[in-house]
Amino acid sequence: MSTDSRWEINKELAQMLKGGVIMDVTTPEQAKIAEAAGACAVMALERIPADIRAAGGVSRMSDPKMIKGIQQAVSIPVMAKCRIGHFAEAQVLEAIEIDYIDESEVLSPADDVYHIDKTQFQVPFVCGAKDLGEALRRISEGASMIRTKGEPGTGDVVQAVRHMRKMNSEMAKLTSMREDELFQAAKELMAPYELVKYVYENGKLPVVNFAAGGVATPADAALMMQLGAEGVFVGSGIFKSGNPAKRANAIVKAVTNYTDAKMIAELSEDLGEAMVGINEQEIELLMAERGK
Amino acid sequence: MRIGVLALQGAFIEHEQILKELGAECAELRKSSDLDKEVDGIVLPGGESTVQRKLLEELGMLETIKKKIQQGLPVLATCAGLILLAESVSGQREARKTALIEPRSLRGQACFATLPVTVRRNAYGRQLGSFSSSANIRGLREEERPFPLEFIRAPYIESVCGGEEVEPIAVIEKLPDGSRGKNIVGVRYQNQIGLAFHPELVGDTRCHEMFLSMCHA
Repeated sequence: MSTDSRWEINKELAQMLKGGVIMDVTTPEQAKIAEAAGACAVMALERIPADIRAAGGVSRMSDPKMIKGIQQAVSIPVMAKCRIGHFAEAQVLEAIEIDYIDESEVLSPADDVYHIDKTQFQVPFVCGAKDLGEALRRISEGASMIRTKGEPGTGDVVQAVRHMRKMNSEMAKLTSMREDELFQAAKELMAPYELVKYVYENGKLPVVNFAAGGVATPADAALMMQLGAEGVFVGSGIFKSGNPAKRANAIVKAVTNYTDAKMIAELSEDLGEAMVGINEQEIELLMAERGK
Repeated sequence: MRIGVLALQGAFIEHEQILKELGAECAELRKSSDLDKEVDGIVLPGGESTVQRKLLEELGMLETIKKKIQQGLPVLATCAGLILLAESVSGQREARKTALIEPRSLRGQACFATLPVTVRRNAYGRQLGSFSSSANIRGLREEERPFPLEFIRAPYIESVCGGEEVEPIAVIEKLPDGSRGKNIVGVRYQNQIGLAFHPELVGDTRCHEMFLSMCHA
């Protein structure tokens, strides 16, 4: 299949995930809990971001055996992370037929200049972005889904909010420009003109855009959806909390009915301990600054 | 005319865009109180069937929608929607090296079970098995013009149990692995259309036109 039609069909898988919650899991048991709670996909990784943060050191792609165990445990799509720029890790993930690769700042970057040329792959990629320019650069490299970077493993939603608002306002600004101003806009965004023109004409990214990084409660998820996210990744927020199954369940329903405050109030009752979290000012490592 | 679009999870906005283009009004169905709205037809979109099924149950929508379909409300179901309609859902492909296993809670259990067919979930495996094709679909306007088919972790209809009343309207004969075969990927049965592919993604409105003409009747 040609690169273009492969990109189309990969982008379409992301469309099928919309309105859903993608959950980080580290074991087949957690994957089953996530699936039963209504996750539309799971992200298989050895350590969730909060633990990666705590452990420090270099973090890498997960053991393929562990990923395969999760693939066998559930029927929903399984995603996995590779390091930024580490195309050999991505090749390994493609070889085990992963459904989506997350070229992720949560892991230690393998390349401080180049991202992976994702057009060389048959499997789809999702990438993080803090702003519109970053999102369009990743799409031009072949990403078929975008998520905010947020600040993973913190339980603090502030950065995901910032990134989503920034993207929205940059898109709104583009749509209000004169067409002859787009060339300069592309230069400033450091993004290809064709993609800038797409956003100018359509008022949105050419691929699905999820929220990620710091989502910990049903209300956090509803906030991101109301700000325009098309779905939500929840990493540490679920399995670092007191009652993972119940919290996962509640976040799934909050994403479906994100404007129904009464329902979200009910969903937020008795969820037990949320993950402890780290405030933005206390963070020593800003993962969102990895990869530009 | 107003069409209810199940909006729990998945690609429902794409359906709404086409229906609006064709002059229909859309009502999003996200919770049980949304089912009080009068609608002339209902769309079950693509997405993850496990998620949609769970939410239908827990948000108290399953029985009401099932009753409406049984009473003759026209329904267009695509991909995950087809799985929800099917009377039975068969296990995953046994022959794959990374075999998929149906979670125990969902194994063999149908959701609406109003369409007398057996559907095989994730019939072509993982995302690497997703593919594009085309076929002539029976009953469409300009029937002889092929309709573009997108299969995304798609199911197909393994067997039809409702006798001659279940009409296969779309069949693919060239399978993604290059072999020849015969996979039923679309059926029509009374008030129900079940499709394994995604007419909402390809910019061809003919499947939705066929559905809306059923809603008129």
